[in-house]
Parts: sequence; structure tokens; C-alpha cells
Amino acid sequence: MNKKVVVIGGGITGMEASVQLSALGYSVTILEKEGQLGGHLKDWTVLFPNLRKGNEIVSFLEHGLELQEVNIIYNSKINEIKKINKHYEIILDKQKSITADAILVATGFDLFDAHRKEEFGYGIYENVITSYDLEKIFAQKGEIKTPSGIKPKRIGFIHCVGSRDEKVNNHYCSNVCCVTGVKQAMELKTLIPDAEIFNFYMDMRMFDTHFEELYLESQKKYGINFIRGRLSEANETIDKRIVIKVEDTLTSRPLKMTVDMMVLLVGMEPSKGTKEIANLLNLKMRESGFLKPEDDHTMSNVSNMAGVFFAGTCSGPMSIKYTFTDARAAVTKINCFLKEYELQNRILVN
Amino acid sequence: MSKFGFTINKPRVIDYDLADKRVLNYVLKNEPSFNLCIFCGSCTATCSAGNFTDFNIRKLKMFIRRGLVEEIGTEADKCMLCGKCFLVCPRGVNNRNIVLKVREALTKIESHEL
Repeated sequence: MNKKVVVIGGGITGMEASVQLSALGYSVTILEKEGQLGGHLKDWTVLFPNLRKGNEIVSFLEHGLELQEVNIIYNSKINEIKKINKHYEIILDKQKSITADAILVATGFDLFDAHRKEEFGYGIYENVITSYDLEKIFAQKGEIKTPSGIKPKRIGFIHCVGSRDEKVNNHYCSNVCCVTGVKQAMELKTLIPDAEIFNFYMDMRMFDTHFEELYLESQKKYGINFIRGRLSEANETIDKRIVIKVEDTLTSRPLKMTVDMMVLLVGMEPSKGTKEIANLLNLKMRESGFLKPEDDHTMSNVSNMAGVFFAGTCSGPMSIKYTFTDARAAVTKINCFLKEYELQNRILVN
Repeated sequence: MSKFGFTINKPRVIDYDLADKRVLNYVLKNEPSFNLCIFCGSCTATCSAGNFTDFNIRKLKMFIRRGLVEEIGTEADKCMLCGKCFLVCPRGVNNRNIVLKVREALTKIESHEL
């Protein structure tokens, strides 16, 4: 009989890994907490760095599921996971349970809740929105308006919201916000050509393929302005505009600027689901709450529990490209484990 | 020593809402590579004038961006136009021509042409 793999989470990682595992001959079940697959990807219209449509990736993943046989249980909630000898028994609500020879945790990330940076005014001032909210505005395809209903003439993007900030206990970089800020600034400038757009950053981390080129393009073709300085606090004017206060660190002077709309580039946090599953399975977490592999160089995707693997953004912030790569890497590890290859027993000598 | 107390200090804060963009727009129009600057400072590091005087071409470019026409003042006169800043720039910003355009813009402002 085929060995069984249960994949927890039906986002990019879960979908891609399931398809690949099924192609290798395993019996795969995806447990998805929502009524549909695709995770956060569903909410993003256009993707960096090549401005392709998000739903193209969704259909690519769905096509995989059409080609392979994968069981999907929607709206599932996991109550308990028991280890019985070499197997795991996953108990869902309504007393239903399924067994697994291996588990892949693909529970992903949650966006940082911008309300926690109260001094930035999200949820207090109506013209402060997040990058996620802006993506929803783009999806509506109409004329771009601020929440107050005016066409914005000046827009400020704030980088590193909920990232690299010990005040919210997130010390890490979320990897994707810098390039998202550049992408969204370019999109806005296309839709409102006479708008002035400013990105306020601590460092521009354009590390991946074509990121730097996109950054250059945003300056060259779109005239996006970049100011090095972190937002200290925002205030609202009587006409509901937002006053940004930063240090313009490259002139060594404080700077203030009134904008019609301020966009907070929110980072990634380990999802609620990631924390729940980590608790059910006693998985090791980093201080950040992301899942911790057995070894950072050689054992990515391998958890401290035999037969439990993880991939994607439950282990740390990553872009779609790396999510695919990580999902496929985890499949190799799971295959090694289930086939009991000798490779599996390699150890690090120090 | 900084004087506190019985004087009124001009605020150091840059109020972008009051930015005078005449020089900025003139430079952008006539030397579009101005937009490509990432303020890395390699121009300033190699600057012939800057190695012996307080001339800082990166800061000059910041002042233009922030619309601080008063700060731009006579700064552009300090440049020797050697063009080394253009040679080292990783983004291909024609800093030498920017200086020339700033001088032009300032002359035009003086004669009320801008």
C-alpha cells in the first residue's frame, strides 16, 4: 500500500509539495483550514519582480492538482496529533481521524497587524493603509482614491512595519516588503502619473534576481523618491492628511511631510496555525516563532520530530520563488525518509 | 557652543511641504540621470574639491531633492568640474552636468526666468 503523507496547509507550499509527493507515488491529503486553496496568494493581484498576475501562479498550482491525485479536506480543524509507533494519527473535529507516515507542515505566515504600531496611526487615521489594503484597492480596478475619497497627489510608503523592530518583538527582516514597496509605488505612479511618491526606508534590501533592476527602473522610468529614514510617528491634519516625521538621515536633519495617503509595508509573522501545530507536535521554534530546522545549513525542512517536515513561510519570511523551491526541497527530504535511504542517517561531525 | 535661551533658533526640520522645487525640476528636466542617485557617496569620496574644502556633492544633491534652495546657495560654485564623480558613479549619474545645471537654474531664478 502507498505510504501516506498529510500536508497541513493548502497555500503555495502545500499545493506544490502535494503535487510533487503524489507524482512520486505517495497518497497525499491536504488539510486546509479555509474553504479554498491558495492561501495569501489569492489576495495579491500583481507580483514582483516581473509584474505577472497572481492568479497565473494559482492556475499553475491548480493544474498540478488536476494532473495528480490529491485528497483535499477543506474547512478542517486539527484537534490533536498522536504518535503511534512510526505513524501519526491526526484527529480532526467531528471525531474523524487520518493516519500519516509523514507530515508536512505548511502553515505559512500571517501579515503583521499594523494596529500594534499605534504611533503610525493605522485604524486611527483613515488615510493610513497597509500594503495589503492597497492590493485590495488595486484589485477593484477603478480610479485610485484615498479612504477619504480624494485622488492622492502625494503618497508615502513606510518600509519595515513590523520587521526589524524590537518594539514589536520582531527582530528579523521580512524579505519581501522592500520590493513590494517598489512594486506598489510603480503601480500607483502608473495609475496616478502626476502623483509624488516617497518610500521611507532603513535599508533597501534588493537582494534577489531582478530586484535591483526594478529599484533602478522605479527611479528611472517612474521617478519614485527614496528617503532614508524611519518613521517616528504620524499625525493627522484637520483635512485628514497625514504628517510623516522622519530623520532625513542623508542630510542629518529632521524632516516632515504631509501626504494624502500613507501605506505601511507590513511584514510577515509566523501564522496562528503555525504556532498551534508547533504546540500539538512539540516542534522547536526560533525566538521569532518560526519553525526551527534540525540544522540551519544541512537540515532545512527537517523538524525535531521524526517524520515531521516543514516548508515555506512557516519557517521564515520568503518570496513565492523560494516558497516553491522550499516545498520541492521538503519533498526530497520526505521521500528520503519514507524510502529509508541511507542518506537519511548522515550526521554532522564537529 | 550652541546658544540656547534668549535667541530664536531657525528650526532645523526640513518642512517638505514648503519645498522650492524650481532647481529640482530644472535639473530633472535637463539631466534626467539625477533620478538614478542612490546617495552612496562615492562621488563625494572621490571629489577633488571635496578633499580640500567642505564641498559635499552628495549633500548638494540632497538639498536639491528636498527643495532647500537657500542651502544650495553657493555650494555649486565650489565644484572644480573635474568629472571624477561621474567616473565612479555606480548608477551613471552625470554629477558634473548636474552642477552645471544647478548653476544655470540659480542664474535663471535670479533673473526671474524660473
